[in-house]
Amino acid sequence: MKLSTFLQLDLPAMLAALFATLACALIGNFLVLRRQSLMGDAVSHAVLPGIVIAFLIWGSRATWPVFIGAAAAALTAVVLIELVRRYGRLDAGTAMAVVFSIMFAAGVVMMEQAAARNIDLDAECVLYGQLEDIIWLAPTTLASLLDPAVWEELPREVWTLFGAFVFTSVVVTLFWKELKLASFDPALASALGFPAGRIDLALMFVVGIVAVAAFEAVGSILVIAMFICPAASARLLTDRLSTQVAISLVLAAISAIAGYLLAAFGPMWFGHEHSLAASGMIAVVSGVILAVSVVAAPRYGLLARRFRPEAASAGTAAAVRE
Amino acid sequence: MILPDHPAAPRTPIASRPEHSAQSPMSVHSLTVAYGSKPVLWDVEYETPASSLVAIVGPNGAGKSTLLKAVLGLIPVAAGGAVFWGKPLADVRRRVGYVPQRGSVDWDFPVSALEVVTMGRYGMLGWLRPVTRRHVEAARAALDQVGMADFADRQISQLSGGQQQRVFLARALAQEADLYFMDEPFAGVDAATEAAIVDVLRTLRTAGRTVVVVHHDLSTVEDYFDHVMLLNGRIIAAGPIAETFNARNLQRTYGGRLTLLDAVSQALSDVAGQK
Repeated sequence: MKLSTFLQLDLPAMLAALFATLACALIGNFLVLRRQSLMGDAVSHAVLPGIVIAFLIWGSRATWPVFIGAAAAALTAVVLIELVRRYGRLDAGTAMAVVFSIMFAAGVVMMEQAAARNIDLDAECVLYGQLEDIIWLAPTTLASLLDPAVWEELPREVWTLFGAFVFTSVVVTLFWKELKLASFDPALASALGFPAGRIDLALMFVVGIVAVAAFEAVGSILVIAMFICPAASARLLTDRLSTQVAISLVLAAISAIAGYLLAAFGPMWFGHEHSLAASGMIAVVSGVILAVSVVAAPRYGLLARRFRPEAASAGTAAAVRE
Repeated sequence: MILPDHPAAPRTPIASRPEHSAQSPMSVHSLTVAYGSKPVLWDVEYETPASSLVAIVGPNGAGKSTLLKAVLGLIPVAAGGAVFWGKPLADVRRRVGYVPQRGSVDWDFPVSALEVVTMGRYGMLGWLRPVTRRHVEAARAALDQVGMADFADRQISQLSGGQQQRVFLARALAQEADLYFMDEPFAGVDAATEAAIVDVLRTLRTAGRTVVVVHHDLSTVEDYFDHVMLLNGRIIAAGPIAETFNARNLQRTYGGRLTLLDAVSQALSDVAGQK
């Protein structure tokens, strides 16, 4: 493998995957803690018709039209979920599942229609993303990475994802105590003057932004896996929220880099020529990390519970007393 | 104050009732709450006396928790509302504390007892301002006040039910409010916790605070509280314990169910007496 190939093809794709997974994992912590993991799934599916409509209207995959379309769709989804829940007399999970699957289906139908008119948008790119299509021609040698002009040519997708990660980090840092309180005890949050409903809505808005930003580059499968897996693994490894968030970011970074390298270069080691879908492999690595955590986590892992029943049962006993 | 038994019976016309009092910590006026088309609270009128411990008592489904949530603005009301010291809740939020039912939160949440208590300080911090050492120290003092100082760094699922309830209580103390609402703080707690809660309630009263408690144990109402509100969809009776907490009013509140309830609580106190 030539270094210039790595810098021009693999590095930008890896950066895109890295920022996408970091942004998803960061906000995913709050979805997992609120037992709203499905909401990430719902939002990332429900935005599809919005993206397709924006694409049909503006005829391009430029950032802003796609973002506006997706935001409108996300908002529609939130309203529809609430309406179905209230008037359909269904629980929140069912209402969510109904709305997001129907909106996703509508998006797919619209996309097929668009494809019939020779518009470059297909289901495969939605599911798996276009990580492999991110190309950065500017760098040719390691030394060229020190040149600011080279970074100016970093592909739009990478900048968008970097922006999404910075945005999410700023929001989570600024509203750390509000998010923590509203996630733990919404009633107290409202009673203290931090309206839990509005914080909920704001959280879903951030989830929507991250989902849309990550969607195009890395696909909906990776988005869903990254909202849930790193945060769920981290939850098993610590009992402190701040530590959990830090661990989830480390695990997300490991998944992105290891997953990408495995997909790009793994097949070569076995004598195959073609690489695998990177976003799929990243999701697989995050899944493997979660599986290992479930089995081997020091306090909550299956092994720990089996061999140290007295330590593990303290939490369960408190739960039973409820 | 005693209202007629039957909802259809004539009552004082709304126009002739007094408006909200500016002195009372909480003044509830014409409060009606419905879930869907099913009314849960009917036309509640109540003035909370200052510096007192008030028990809200009534059968299951009487709307006790609903009343707390409605006056705190946590659920929509169909009509009426509450004012606090003559002002709307939004103006005096910092002076009003709330202890929800213990089952209302996820105890597996990755926070320590001290962090939960510190949440009581968030209201006085306001948006965006981070927690400072002064607030953590105040939270630690509140934990100490309920005898939980040694458990400050414990993750909350590692605490017993009674200890969890005391953490909730400490969080309310850390809030330094003037009026507290507590939803069934005595439910399912051990004797040590019950004593700690009673101790805190008395300390609060001595300091001039008012505490409104949803309470389910009729046998301790007279020991723990000064005032009682008997509730069953409507206020059946409300006032000082000595005048209000009597067999006739309880009968009107619980209807036929009291005989069974009486027998059970009598049996329970017999068992407790034998120990």
